[in-house]
Amino acid sequence: MQIKPLLEAKAELTHGNVSKCPIVLSTRIRLARNLAGYSFPGWASMDQRKEILAGCFESVGDVTSLKRGLSFDIGELTDLEKKILFERHLISRELISGKEGAGVIIGKDQSCVVMVNEEDHLRIQVLRSGFHFNRVWRAIDRIDSAIEEKLPYAYSPQLGYLTACPTNLGTGMRASAMMHLPGLVISNQMEKVIRAVNQLGIAVRGLFGEGSDASGSIFQISNQMTLGESERQIIKRLSGVLESVIEQENNARERLFEKQAVKLRDKIARAYGILRTSHLISSSEAMNLLSLIRFGLDRTIFDEEHRDLLDRLMIECQPGHIQYSAKHLAESEERDVLRAAYLRREFEKIPEPDFDNPRRKRTSKD
Amino acid sequence: MGKALKCDLCDNQATVHLTQILNNKIHKVDLCESCAQAKGVTDPNGFSLAELLIKSVVDEPRAPTENGGTCHSCGYTQKEFRKTGRLGCPSCYEQFGETIQAILGNMHKGTRHCGKVPANVEATLSRREEVTRLEEELRKAVAAERYEEAADFRDRIEALKNAGQTTK
Ligand SMILES: [Zn+2]
Ligand SMILES: [Zn+2]
Repeated sequence: MQIKPLLEAKAELTHGNVSKCPIVLSTRIRLARNLAGYSFPGWASMDQRKEILAGCFESVGDVTSLKRGLSFDIGELTDLEKKILFERHLISRELISGKEGAGVIIGKDQSCVVMVNEEDHLRIQVLRSGFHFNRVWRAIDRIDSAIEEKLPYAYSPQLGYLTACPTNLGTGMRASAMMHLPGLVISNQMEKVIRAVNQLGIAVRGLFGEGSDASGSIFQISNQMTLGESERQIIKRLSGVLESVIEQENNARERLFEKQAVKLRDKIARAYGILRTSHLISSSEAMNLLSLIRFGLDRTIFDEEHRDLLDRLMIECQPGHIQYSAKHLAESEERDVLRAAYLRREFEKIPEPDFDNPRRKRTSKD
Repeated sequence: MGKALKCDLCDNQATVHLTQILNNKIHKVDLCESCAQAKGVTDPNGFSLAELLIKSVVDEPRAPTENGGTCHSCGYTQKEFRKTGRLGCPSCYEQFGETIQAILGNMHKGTRHCGKVPANVEATLSRREEVTRLEEELRKAVAAERYEEAADFRDRIEALKNAGQTTK
């Protein structure tokens, strides 16, 4: 399996324990860029696509942050490998289902990824765990400038970076945060929040599943407009919205623990019981239960030292990852058996919920 | 409610209804089950309402298309743009200028780029002019105590000045 080194390496998303934040799991920025003088990938001939792919692999692979990374031609990966890369947010569905002559370059710690011949020639992405837009912007700005020295971009002073779809025109930037919002979901306020946030030109998507009851209560919140504001202005506006979502989430959690303490304890304790003992569990049920444990952990009901494990389990309980560890394309019911066994084993490391000492000292890592 | 709504993209009955407010305008999109699927409305990673809006604006009957509706550089047509919401090549933006300008206002905060400028473009634009502009921005940023931004401007000014000395 070509992607094996990726799965065994410490990745930003699964081991980025330096800057964990209870509500914002990760921040990400992606830039859409196209090469001057070529048709966009969807309209380019197969020969052109292959020429672009080879050129990008050579030039982009030479950029410092990606130097010791891995490059894959999508056509040479198995279906399972593609599925795993997708579940780790390293490639998009569009890249998987698109034409031949597409690829991806993945940096060593998987925090920087460049997709080639997706909707645009280049989709550059930088991700950090925690809430760090300015840091992510500085990193991606540097990488983008380094690539541009080798590959002249399609650009117009009036319209900015020219993209295959006019929705990405201008900065070509999509900044997003992955947020864990169990408080708002349990108290049925998520729909209201989504509506309010949409009015500000900010999009909210369930990460796994759609709408206000996305499984795992994990949502991706991002800017929709890319033209008419600078990158800094977009980030500032988005950060403002995210900060108010964080405040709403914290309020919702406080109110829940004030008014429905017993009900919540019961939910969290049951979630623990099922994860530790069940024999058949779907990925969406697992996500919902892991979300409750993470919520409990934020309230010091579980120990802070297990946060990394939980964040990793949320990725590893996805279907492709279960199939990878089973070493074959297991059918859905077999996957549910394997997933349950895996979770039982991992949950042996997490002691039972401790409700009596909710202000227990956190074992802070930094 | 009155009679059943038709899907915006075909003639089937619409069952998926989306409302979104962009730039203080309400946009409504009604889709049938299969178009919703095809447009990725059920796929959280693939769906963008703005893309659907392209369809409704470009669909409005307009004056006979510019350039006979075909891009001289790449041969892409406005008809295809209407179908896919994507353009063929960077030159399509010039060739289909009017049509695209008409959509941008609905889709974005403004119709002029005010973000990053590639270094080679900066070089060919008057470099000194750019430095003057950035110095003004830097002054404003410092005055407003926006230090993150100020550091950015300072870096960019520095980079511009260095580029002027080494390359040409
Ligand atoms: Zn339809
Ligand atoms: Zn064209």
